[in-house]
Formats: sequence, structure tokens, C-alpha cells
Amino acid sequence: MEQLSATWPWYVSGFLIGLVMLCLNYFGKVFGMSSNLRTLCSIAGADKFSDFFKFNWKDQIWNLMVVLGAMLGGYVAVHFLHDASNVALNPDTVAQLQSLHIDAPAGKLAPDLLFGTAAFESPKMIALLLIGGLLIGFGSRYAGGCTSGHAISGLSNLQLPSLKAVVGFFVGGMIMAHFILPLLF
Amino acid sequence: MRQHKFINFFHNTKHMKYLKYIVVGFIFGIVLTKSEAVSWYRIYEMFHFQSFHMYGIIGVAVVTGLLGIQLIKRLHIKDVSGNPIVIADKEPGSARYWIGGLFFGLGWALVGACPGPIFILLGAGIFPVIFILIGALLGTFLYGVLKDKLPH
Repeated sequence: MEQLSATWPWYVSGFLIGLVMLCLNYFGKVFGMSSNLRTLCSIAGADKFSDFFKFNWKDQIWNLMVVLGAMLGGYVAVHFLHDASNVALNPDTVAQLQSLHIDAPAGKLAPDLLFGTAAFESPKMIALLLIGGLLIGFGSRYAGGCTSGHAISGLSNLQLPSLKAVVGFFVGGMIMAHFILPLLF
Repeated sequence: MRQHKFINFFHNTKHMKYLKYIVVGFIFGIVLTKSEAVSWYRIYEMFHFQSFHMYGIIGVAVVTGLLGIQLIKRLHIKDVSGNPIVIADKEPGSARYWIGGLFFGLGWALVGACPGPIFILLGAGIFPVIFILIGALLGTFLYGVLKDKLPH
């Protein structure tokens, strides 16, 4: 039990994520999380505004079931497998965050500044979360996939387009983490 | 005979056929949470090259997937319903991958979550993530509307 509550090593986690992808392949499907955003848009009626959302979303119910399972997994992991030793960052990272006035993890998955209940009362934090989401949604559909669809599924199937997308992910991420985040906090 | 009927029930009944996806999703959610790949902090640390952890996770996942897909292709492994496993190639192109990828990366490093973790964190009860989900749905909608005007 203690082993399960500690931070899982990267080689165990990476292997299991690879198996998740292969399992879906064995079920005749392809691993990709951001397509669910498109499906949810279609269900909400976005097909009235763009043909991009005109497809039979019922064929995608399997992927929404993966999402449902993932949400349950997140619930169980946080409520039953939590340990105060979690998210042990590089001390340099913690010091750097402190200079940006971002609270240290102390076992939490996400900083209170952005994800604590007080965030609901901060227009700035709400705006940052919305903008981040907007970039993720727009970017993943423009690129035709996200971390799961391109970095995991695409790279392991030796897809050159996926390599381009992943390089794009990292260039964008570096610009944000090194140049924009320090201006925001 | 009885066993055969049981397996049919498992595969064919409308609701049971979704159970396997919920189970796979459940494992995915636990692994991503316990590996802390859903953590804003881990994403920040990754983009500052201050830990190998995230690179290790992605690297091992890709190597595992690569070996598995090679096995599927070379041994012509069939899927659960007996059809050949075909993984479609990504559409050729450049602009959409570079530009779309760049936008995605900016968002990923800002809020520390990609689409899978958005749902996982909501399930975990980190509720301000709902704003990320709303933004992501709006972003997806925006792409659908602008699609024909964008370079691909």
C-alpha cells in the first residue's frame, strides 16, 4: 500500500501508459484524449455552426467511457492513494516558484494560487485558466491531437507529423514557462 | 455452451461492451495521477529541465508503444473482434502541426494540464479545472469555425 501511495517511478508509469495505448489498439481503437473535446462540442450542438462537428458522435462513446474511467481513477488516486511525500520537486524548482509567489507542493498536485478554492474569487486566475484551456483546445484540434494522440500514439507509430507537433508542443511550452509565466505571477 | 453464452453477454450487451473502456480509463487515471503527470508542478519542472521524471514517463511510454505496435504489425495480431489492427497514418502536412503544436504547448505550460489530465483532475475534485475545460471546449469550437481559413 505504501508503494502505491508514493510517487510512482517513471519507468513503471511510462510502461503502463504504453500498455493503455496498446489495450485500446487491441480493442480496435486509437488512444487520443483531445477528440473527446470535439465530441462534447458536437453533443452540445456545435454541428449547427460548423461541419467539423457533423459526425456521428455515438461512435465516440467508447472514448467518453475512457474519460469517465479516468475521472474515477483520478478520484481514487487522490482520495485513497495520497501521501504527503508526493510531488517531491527539484529544490531549485521550489525556490524558483517561491520567487514567483507560487506556493510549494507539500504533497499537493497543483498550486493553490491557481487551483485552490480562492481561485474562484480571483478574476485573474479564472482568466488564466480560461486562456490556457482555449490554447489547449484550439491547439490540439489544429494540430490534430495532444500529448496522447501525438506524443504517445503518433511517435510510437513513427509518424513524422506527430514529431513536428511534439516539437511544437515543446517550443510553445518553453516560451510559456521561461518568458511568459514570470510576467504573469 | 454456458461459458460461450456468458462471453457473448460480456461482448454484445450494450452496456457491458463499454465496461472495458471504463476499466482502461480507470487505470489511465490512476497512473497519470500517481506518476504526477497531471501535476502543474511537474509540467513546470519539465519545461525548466529540472527533472528527468516527465521525460522518463513519455520516453518509456513511447518505447513500450513502439515495441507493441511492431509486434502487432509483424505478427498480424487481430483485435478483440477478429479484425486486423490498423492504425491510420496522420495526415501529411506541416503548418498545422507546427502552429497547432505551438498553441497547445503555450496552454499546456500555462495551466499544467493537457486534455487527459483536465478530466482526471476534475474527477480528483480540483474544481477550478472546470475553467480549463470550458476554455478547451471554446478553443475546440473556435477551431471548428475557423478551420477553412487556417493554413494546414
